[in-house]
Amino acid sequence: MKSAPLHWRVELRHVTKTFYRGRQALTVLGPLDLRVADREFVGLVGPSGCGKSTLLNVIAGIEQPTSGEVWLDGEPAPERLGRVAYMHQRDLLLPWRTVLDNAILPLELRGIPRREAAARALPWLERFGLAEFTHAYPAQLSGGMRQRVAFLRTLLADRPLLLLDEPFGALDALTRASLQEWLLTLWEELDRTVILVTHDVEEALLLSDRVLVLSPRPGRIVREIVVDLPRPRPYEIVTDPRFVRLKAEVLAELRARSTMEVQFDGT
Amino acid sequence: MARDRLLTRDRIVPLLILVSVMLGWELATRVFQIPRWVLPPPSAVVQALIRDQRLLLRHLTVTLEEVGLGLTFSVLLAIVLAIGIVSSRLVERSVYPLVVASQAVPIVALAPILLIWFGYGLTPKVIVVVLVCFFPIAVNLVDGLRGVDPEFVDLVRSFGGTSWQTLRVVRIPGALPAFFSGLRVAAAVSVIGALIGEWVGSSAGLGYLMIRAASQFHTDRVFAAVLVSAVVSIGLFWIVGVVERIALPWRRSARTET
Ligand SMILES: Nc1ncnc2c1ncn2[C@@H]1O[C@H](COP(=O)(O)OP(=O)(O)OP(=O)(O)O)[C@@H](O)[C@H]1O
Ligand SMILES: [Mg+2]
Repeated sequence: MKSAPLHWRVELRHVTKTFYRGRQALTVLGPLDLRVADREFVGLVGPSGCGKSTLLNVIAGIEQPTSGEVWLDGEPAPERLGRVAYMHQRDLLLPWRTVLDNAILPLELRGIPRREAAARALPWLERFGLAEFTHAYPAQLSGGMRQRVAFLRTLLADRPLLLLDEPFGALDALTRASLQEWLLTLWEELDRTVILVTHDVEEALLLSDRVLVLSPRPGRIVREIVVDLPRPRPYEIVTDPRFVRLKAEVLAELRARSTMEVQFDGT
Repeated sequence: MARDRLLTRDRIVPLLILVSVMLGWELATRVFQIPRWVLPPPSAVVQALIRDQRLLLRHLTVTLEEVGLGLTFSVLLAIVLAIGIVSSRLVERSVYPLVVASQAVPIVALAPILLIWFGYGLTPKVIVVVLVCFFPIAVNLVDGLRGVDPEFVDLVRSFGGTSWQTLRVVRIPGALPAFFSGLRVAAAVSVIGALIGEWVGSSAGLGYLMIRAASQFHTDRVFAAVLVSAVVSIGLFWIVGVVERIALPWRRSARTET
């Protein structure tokens, strides 16, 4: 972790979330306290259904916590829609918009003229290897390309805090590795704060300053693992004994809490 | 699919069926010596079509005007109703049942009343067309607006979009395919609406022409007028399809959808 900041980029104070279906109550989250410093990269791992996506929805303001508070930049932020950039678990590309128009959606919603927004997006499309698909529709793209567009859209929202919900979930190992590398480069280059949800422990360790392990539903933080490996971290670091030790630690924590679907890839 | 070939099986078979029906009809009228005023053979209908083309055209113009105005108002009415229904529970509860009930009103009974209220002019016909046409558009539009993926709405909200922006960016484009389905049904039935309006009381239009020709036993002219209205229906249906394809290019490019 970096040195203690004047204020936290995000702070969750005793947050819980309960969904009500008729008379049935389902507590999905918390109580949960979380502080993320500016420019910090935090990884969240936890069993499926433990409330990771719900947690990001709460931080983004799509859902309000049932109890507790969300603070942004040192202040309570009861209304926070539009203040963080959120990449949902599903790519959510609008099928009736081209790649370009999907990517510039957050700019358009802020009233930035299309021409200007496109000028901002085009170099990125180039960089993301999507240049020749600028005017293609999502239905014409592969899964990996769709995720890249969704990622670019989140980036163009241009917010200091990025919430990424399994951004590389549906990708093959190779594409995944190259996208992870990018994400790191971008993070270092752009000074963003990132909260990354992933099923992949290796991915979490490779990218994060801190990895938080969540319990099965209702999701609480049961373990914080500081990844004190030097940056930049080349992919080969996964064979580094320190890395292997951290990975074993996280996996043990997850396994101890039984029924989970974490990605094991033969160590 | 071989789009460029003119004579594919898809086209030959219906064409053959059509031709044999026509031939059978023609033969039957000749063999059984059916009088022309009872059932004119296709050849007589074609003759009437050519002979009366100016007459038909004049009345067609009137019917087309009614249909055009009627469809336009139907679309406007359906949009207003659908947006009202999906955005307010109160409107939904109070207006939706009325919308449905409007379809139970027997048009044939209503048309004479419209005649009393609005006279022989264009207005009662346009109203009948609207009554027939707004319903399929409105119902489809309501379904379309409702059927939009709620996570798309969350996406726009998470970027700070307003509910107005959500409507513009997500709900409306998402509802367009359903809207066009409704519009296609409406276009196909709109001509019937206009004809009913004309039958009840008018001085022009294809429906008027049919009634007048029938009372004079010009059955071939009746058939010619029916043929023209059928072609108009098919034409409108087709035009909506073309507009839909132009308006929704993303549906054409879909790899998985058909
Ligand atoms: N809007 C909602 N209404 C009711 N229940 C919900 C809602 N959203 C999520 N849940 C429930 O909350 C629980 C946690 O869901 P969530 O999507 O946050 O899990 P997750 O940790 O992201 O899972 P995964 O790793 O599979 O994506 C699930 O049991 C889910 O059914
Ligand atoms: Mg999830």
